[in-house]
Amino acid sequence: MIELTLDNLENFTRGTAFLGTGGGGDPYIGKLMLKHQLEKGKKIKIISPDEIKEDTFACNVLSMGAPTVFVEKVPNGPTTLHALRKVEEIIGKKFNAIMPIEAGGVNATLPLVVSALSGLPVIDADGMGRAFPELQMVTYNVGDVDINPIVAINDFYETAIFNSRNSGSGEWLARAVCVRMGGICEMACYPMNAKQIKETAIHNTIKLSFDIGEVIEKARNQKTDPVMAIINYMEKSNPPRCGKVLFSGKINDLIRETLNGFTRGKLFLKSLDSSDEMLIEFQNEFSYAKLNDKKLLAMVPDLICALDSETGEPITTDGLRYGQRIKIVAISATSIMRSKKALDLFGPRAFGLNFDYTPLEEL
Amino acid sequence: MRIGVDVGGTNTDAVIMNGREVLHGVKSATTEEPGLGIINAVSDILEKTKISPNDLESVMIGTTQFTNAFVENKRLEEVAIVRLAYPATISVPPCIDFSDNLRNILGNNFWIVPGGYEFDGRYLGDWSETEIEKVAKEISQKKLKYISISCVFSPINEKQEILTADIIKKYNPESIITMSHRIGRVGFIERENATIMNSSLGNLADKVITSFNEALIKLNIKCPFYISQNDGTLMSANIVKNYPVLTFASGPTNSMRGAAFLSGHKNAIVVDIGGTTTDFGVIKEGFPRESAIPVDIGGVRTNFRMPDLISIGLGGGSLVTNVNNNIEVGPESVGFKLTSESLIFGGNKLTASDIAIAKGLSNFGNKDNVSNLDKNLIDNTIIKIKKMIEDGIDRVKLNKDLVPVILVGGGSILVEGNLEGAEEVIIPKHSDVANAIGASLAQAGGEIDKIYSYNEIGRDKSIENAKNDAINRALQAGAIKETISIIELEEIPLSYLPSGAVRLHVKAVGDIF
Repeated sequence: MIELTLDNLENFTRGTAFLGTGGGGDPYIGKLMLKHQLEKGKKIKIISPDEIKEDTFACNVLSMGAPTVFVEKVPNGPTTLHALRKVEEIIGKKFNAIMPIEAGGVNATLPLVVSALSGLPVIDADGMGRAFPELQMVTYNVGDVDINPIVAINDFYETAIFNSRNSGSGEWLARAVCVRMGGICEMACYPMNAKQIKETAIHNTIKLSFDIGEVIEKARNQKTDPVMAIINYMEKSNPPRCGKVLFSGKINDLIRETLNGFTRGKLFLKSLDSSDEMLIEFQNEFSYAKLNDKKLLAMVPDLICALDSETGEPITTDGLRYGQRIKIVAISATSIMRSKKALDLFGPRAFGLNFDYTPLEEL
Repeated sequence: MRIGVDVGGTNTDAVIMNGREVLHGVKSATTEEPGLGIINAVSDILEKTKISPNDLESVMIGTTQFTNAFVENKRLEEVAIVRLAYPATISVPPCIDFSDNLRNILGNNFWIVPGGYEFDGRYLGDWSETEIEKVAKEISQKKLKYISISCVFSPINEKQEILTADIIKKYNPESIITMSHRIGRVGFIERENATIMNSSLGNLADKVITSFNEALIKLNIKCPFYISQNDGTLMSANIVKNYPVLTFASGPTNSMRGAAFLSGHKNAIVVDIGGTTTDFGVIKEGFPRESAIPVDIGGVRTNFRMPDLISIGLGGGSLVTNVNNNIEVGPESVGFKLTSESLIFGGNKLTASDIAIAKGLSNFGNKDNVSNLDKNLIDNTIIKIKKMIEDGIDRVKLNKDLVPVILVGGGSILVEGNLEGAEEVIIPKHSDVANAIGASLAQAGGEIDKIYSYNEIGRDKSIENAKNDAINRALQAGAIKETISIIELEEIPLSYLPSGAVRLHVKAVGDIF
């Protein structure tokens, strides 16, 4: 069990920003929401999926919407809890735990706020192991976990309930309501039992955020390279994960456009030491990285992260700006995210890219 | 003719300018009452140049007084914080991110009331006059004078903030109110933070600006005076009384712009070597390159655009140590005590300045005091200092190309010869008063940060509207129409939204003179 405290909060949210792989919303807001709860004396307990009991019944809670709206109209803890209660009411069964749907960004912190408000523990497992843009992009779907009922709620406790034919359709319908709710809404969905959590979720990703944040902090204090420190940490984790610095350079150009309700964009980097150039495309999160217009170096679902060259601080796609000096790091996704069925959900082709997945280790 | 003044933590510098010509520059000590330092510097410069105060067209002052006060938690006021947002934002109450000490000083007086807008301009909470009147009465009962008003999405519609301010003012005629839409950009918490910071400095701002004003009256200077703000543009002194927070980054901005002017380079690296620290920054097209990561001031996050600087502990007062031929310079420094504690001034501490004098790089203090220093120590320290500066230059560089390096500040004497990575090393005349020169050269600017719907009016029309709004704001700020140009254009689509909503940030600037 891990307990969130005012002392480890900063490291945790820095880790969630890393796992946000460029998207997921401003982790600063998540940090402030949690700080507020902790200062009120609330306890937030995070339990490992190995520790959960047979009768565990958990609900995924999240905030859906535009990161740029998040920074103005921050996500709401009490309404999120209300959405969870609504799901209980519909299915006629009480939850005894909460789960984050994704490990990166604001949605890694919001479930902890709900935990503080409800006293329910958070299970250290999620459906993405990082951040992804859409509701159906979760490993839960590898095990056919039902997304329904989906409850969407806004700050006024106005509520929409969906019974969708599948998670992709649920995403499509909820997105439209989210826009009418002012660009963000809070949600509860994917009720899961112990077996489903053990078999379909990605485990210990909250712990991973704590560790990543701590590794970066330690490296800074010891005046060593925080970026290399993360890679070394990943390679020594169990099972080991491949980590690579893909590129180091300046942002040379940045094209961002809104397409079908998402931020799609291209990030062009130029090396400082050679004539090398890198292209990274993103749909909210980074989807692939290509060197000199020909060689693919990393792709979804492997994690691609942008870090400040000096401090190792993760940078979100909304924070990217022309002229920034950044490092691009890739970390291999866990094996549960690389199965055929998982790749159908969030491999390159699920993002509309016309190539198949090649693992980071082989590139 | 005009005067540029830099009121720093240690020194108050003044220059007198005729158009783009530097006539004369002086340095004097900063005083407790800041106006006194200005009187000393300006009367000195007027006397030396025999220029009459009547011939002056304007005075421009750059100051770090407000930044220092906030960072040191000194001279701050209790603030009434009114947030128009309910039921949104309740998960993050005001000042969550402030230190306990700051929260104690600013107090715990906040109200989150119904109000605010959605990203597309629709109403969020139901703003009501009755509710605001209730708050206004409570503020008056608590006798709070400094008031901060923040409203969700006020950068796209400022109306609720203005209506609220009017009502509060009615019940509290003496109050000094800051509205968030006048302070910051999209990013609610950061904007609210800056608004609260601004309110907390309200009393100090009044005192400092009054002190500046009185100094100018005593000097018999009747022309208008301006204060430089974060991005190198100017505000009239009376506006600064209400917006001290907008001066927070003006110190480094002025030194970099001054350096660019003195050297004639629009693209260069600026190295400002002071008494305790050295700042490295980049000038791009005559303006300082801005920081990419959000900037904390005194531990509080703001979304101000700040120059992208790195700072190292190296300056004229840095202590030099030699342990087993391992020479260290700084970060510890004798600071403003250089003139009593260093060897050349009869003290017993070996400083970087002592080494520079021993090497013959400059001539001040008593050279005889350092005549016995070991030659190897002198040479190796000079090499060490050079290496520290070269590393700093490398860290801020855009690419491996050689670039001009401009050295400013009193500590520029520490550098001998060329520097690696530099196309040329320039130590311009008057480099010791570059900050004051930067203040005198400021421009007027206008900024827009709003969300547009491309689906409704199209991309081209949106950008054109944003540019025109920015240009109009620059005109209002005093820029000459013909000289105005757009220096920043940033498009941020709102992720996940299918309505083609895009956030546009545009900045226009122009010359004042």
